Formats: sequence, structure tokens, C-alpha cells
Amino acid sequence: MHAGLQEEASAANRGDLANVGFVVGAACVAVIDTGGTLAVGRALRASVRRVTSLPVCFVVNTHVHPDHVFGNAAFVDDRPQFIGHARLAAAMAARGDNYTRAVLRDLGSVAAGSTMVAPTRVVDDTRTIDLGDRLLRLRAWPSAHTDDDLTVFDEATGTWWLSDLLFVERVPVVDGNLRGWLKVLAELRETAAPAHVVPGHGPVDPPWERALDDERRYLDTVAREVRAAIKAGLTMQQAVDTAGVSERPHWRLFDAYHRRNVTAAYAELEWED
Amino acid sequence: MPAICSTVLRHALVATLAAVTCAVAPPVRAADPDPDPQASAIWQRVRESLFQGRTIESDASAVVALDAPLRAEDASTVPIAIHTRFAQTSSRYVTQVYLVIDNNPSPIAAVFRFTPDSGRADIETRVRIEAYTFMRAIAETNDGKLYMATRWVKAAGGCSAPAGKDAAAAMANLGRMKMRVDGPVTVGKPVQAQLMISHPNSSGLAMDQVTRLYRPPYFVRKVSVSYAGRVVLEADVDFSISENPNFRFFFVPAGEGELQAQVVDSKDLSYQERLQIRPSGGSS
Repeated sequence: MHAGLQEEASAANRGDLANVGFVVGAACVAVIDTGGTLAVGRALRASVRRVTSLPVCFVVNTHVHPDHVFGNAAFVDDRPQFIGHARLAAAMAARGDNYTRAVLRDLGSVAAGSTMVAPTRVVDDTRTIDLGDRLLRLRAWPSAHTDDDLTVFDEATGTWWLSDLLFVERVPVVDGNLRGWLKVLAELRETAAPAHVVPGHGPVDPPWERALDDERRYLDTVAREVRAAIKAGLTMQQAVDTAGVSERPHWRLFDAYHRRNVTAAYAELEWED
Repeated sequence: MPAICSTVLRHALVATLAAVTCAVAPPVRAADPDPDPQASAIWQRVRESLFQGRTIESDASAVVALDAPLRAEDASTVPIAIHTRFAQTSSRYVTQVYLVIDNNPSPIAAVFRFTPDSGRADIETRVRIEAYTFMRAIAETNDGKLYMATRWVKAAGGCSAPAGKDAAAAMANLGRMKMRVDGPVTVGKPVQAQLMISHPNSSGLAMDQVTRLYRPPYFVRKVSVSYAGRVVLEADVDFSISENPNFRFFFVPAGEGELQAQVVDSKDLSYQERLQIRPSGGSS
């Protein structure tokens, strides 16, 4: 596994922000997320080749965000199955053009060749893929971090790749459904700690309960304070200025994403009855 | 039918302005605002089409103010507020407020019309912003004078941003509306109400990566609100308004009555919402 940087995307970091990696079976390799540019995808592919000459049979995308999928193009020549949530293709179709323009604008030539590669196989609920004596159990989740979150469980090592359902140290980004995400976290919290955990951002194998509780505390605080603001008749702008600011000391990149999260939370929660 | 005529006219206007945008707008990535908001080429064209040679007072501080964040958190959802500086009376009132976003594909984002029954000609909503831009609120008073408040806003990509964090849920809720009134309601006193409309309000400017086609725009184009049968707000709007259009406005209850909202979208589908109001302090 390769750890992404806890930064915003830039030419210097080539969009290398997300945790990406691969799993090697007896017959096949599965790549899990591919990084924020074609260049990161190529570096990941080179790492695969240093470890094994087995074919890359699967590229699994955990969700639509550009820092996780823009390296897909590096694997096209391997002719793998590209696997994602049943809603991933629609999300890529809707957002791809925008993401592509943004990555070229923000990163310049470093991002050259970064394109969306749509899934060739989808997961509606759960699906198991076999790498040759090594099974990966995929699970598609209801709308949470995005509307197309997918997790990967490697039975051989007991590793659960939660990707962006779990942010460690870096402030979570709400781009799906805040209430849905809180439900997912409640379910994860009821689950026994796996042997290993890979978050989408932040160090591998964080303390299971504390990592989940930290994220839940952040999302809960935002939800609670935004609900109170809506009930009090405060506007979206007033909520953005006040809600959740007590969480600031606990998270990296708070100033870059928190106010946007409040905007999203307000737009969602104002429709609650 | 008048509705169809106005649709055609409006689209013609939008098309003209969009063409103007493409023809003369420089690529707007500037770090600094234009030195002179009057010099904006788009504004000159919009101004000519809306107001011809009429004088517009740029010292609008006694009439209208425009609040918008200098830097928006999310360019597809930028909250803005237009505040007028005096209460609506039958002798002096704001008849309409134009909201112009210079560098949007369709710069005339909204025209809000008010009456003395509005109580205050204030409006709050959320807009999409496609590029760093001047935003303008131009208030017209019942004596025919125009006053303009201007803000510079840093945000980009809001019109071409894809709609929706949860596309399936959004379409399932199309046309759902909510209306609420905050605070105590007293006869004869302006009170603020909020109208929420569940609608993709899509710009048609986000390309489908699979088909390589732009979906046609689909947006709310008209909003009418009355209280006890008297108009308090009418608005012509377009896809510069964010997904799930949201408006806060005022009305003056003369007694018990029903707040009624009617919304028409660009497919001529119409949606209605009602809210019974029982103000205190009334004789009824």
C-alpha cells in the first residue's frame, strides 16, 4: 500500500493524496484505487511490476473522487476489469468533465493524460473476486461519503480497505449523505475490529474504535449544530460561519473543507421533516 | 398563451446574452477584480438590454445592499442576500430587483418583483457562479429610479458543476416543496418566509462523459407567491439559481390567510404549496 499525502492537490504532489495499493493472489493482482493523476497511476503500476509479473486482473475504484480514480488510465493496457459501485458510472459521467478540467487547471502538465475510466463491472450490494486462492469481498454502501462508496475486505490478511468511509487525521469530506454516513459509522462501530484497516486518507491501522469515534464526533457535531441553526431560522451563510468550529483543532485541512461540509450539511438537513 | 410567449422571449434573451458572453468575455481567471465594475463588457451589454439609456445610481447605500461571500465555499451553492433599506409603503416601494452575475453563461440570474404587500423587498437565495465575477443587485423604485449595489465574488465552476450529491434521491423528490414562516406573525408587520423547491435546476453545462453530450437545461423559471390572494413576490429565474431553489422573502399579513406559492419550470410543469397563517393582534 502507498500512503497519500495529507495535502491539497498541487503540481508538486501530483495529486498523490489518497491511499492506494494492490493485492497479489496466486493468479492475479487487484489494484485498489489508482491516485489523483495518470502519473500516480503509472508509479503504482511500476510498484506492482517490481513485486510480481502476474497480470492485473482487477482495478477496484472505491468511489468517484478524482484523487482515487485518475490513475485508472495507467492500467488500461493491462485490460483489467474495472470494478466500482453500481452508481459509479453515473457519477463519473456527471462529474468527469468537471474533474478533468479542474485537475488540468490546478496541476497543469503534471496531470496530462488523467482521464476517467468507467467501470466494466459493478457491485450492487456485495461481490467476491478471486485472485487465485485469495478472495476479496467487495461491498457497495448506501450514500455516505459519496453516493458510490465501495469497500474491500481481504480475507487472507483480515484487511478491510474502508477508503473514504474513514478519514484519519484529515477532515472528512461530506459529498454524499451526512445522515447516511453516520448510519454507516454506527454499523462499523458494531463490527469487531478487523486485523488491519486502510482508510482513504491517513495512516494504516488506526485504533479502530477511536478512529471511528473521531469521525463520528465530527460528523455528529456538524449535523447537530447545523440542525440547530436551521431550527433557529439561521441562514446557510450564518450556519457556515458558526457550525462545527469547535472541531477545528482536531483535523488537518479543516480550513479547506469544513465550511463546504457545513454548506452540504445545511442543504441536506433543511429538507428533514 | 402568455406563459409560452414569455418563455420564448426569455430564452431568446438568454441565448443572446450567452452568445455575448462567449464572444467578448476574456478568460476569467484574474486574481484581482476589474478596476472598474462599470467597465465590464458583459455588464455594458446587459445594461443596454435591460435599462437602455436610463441612469443607474451607483451610490445605492440608502436603497439596496448586496451580501455575498468574497470567496465562496461551494461555487454551485453560494448564499446571497439582497437587503433594501426601507419598508415597502404604497407611496414608496421597490418594484423590482434585478440580480445580475456578469460572468455567468446567462448573466441575468433573476428578476424579483415586489409590491407594498411584500413589506420589505428583501430576498435571500443561493446561486451558481461560473467564474470570478461581479454580482449586481439593481433595485427599481416606484418612481422609476434605479439603484445598483455591486460585489466581487471569487468562485468558479458552479454552472458547469454536476448537479447533486445523490442523483437518485434528487429525481425522486422532484417538485417537492416546503414553506415556513419564522418568528411571531403579527398583523400589519412584515414577516420573513422561506420557500424551498426540490428541483435539479440544472444548467445543462455539465457534459455527460459517456455520451459526450450536454443535457438540456432543466430549471425553475417562475415563482409566484401570494398572501390572502394578494401578490407578495414574483420572480423570473434561471439556472444561475442553485439546485433545490431556496428563497427567503417578506410579506405583510393583513389578517388570517393562506400563503400560496406557485412554481413553473422550463418544461412548463407547475408545482404548488400552501401554508395557513394565523397572525396575532388581528381583529379577524
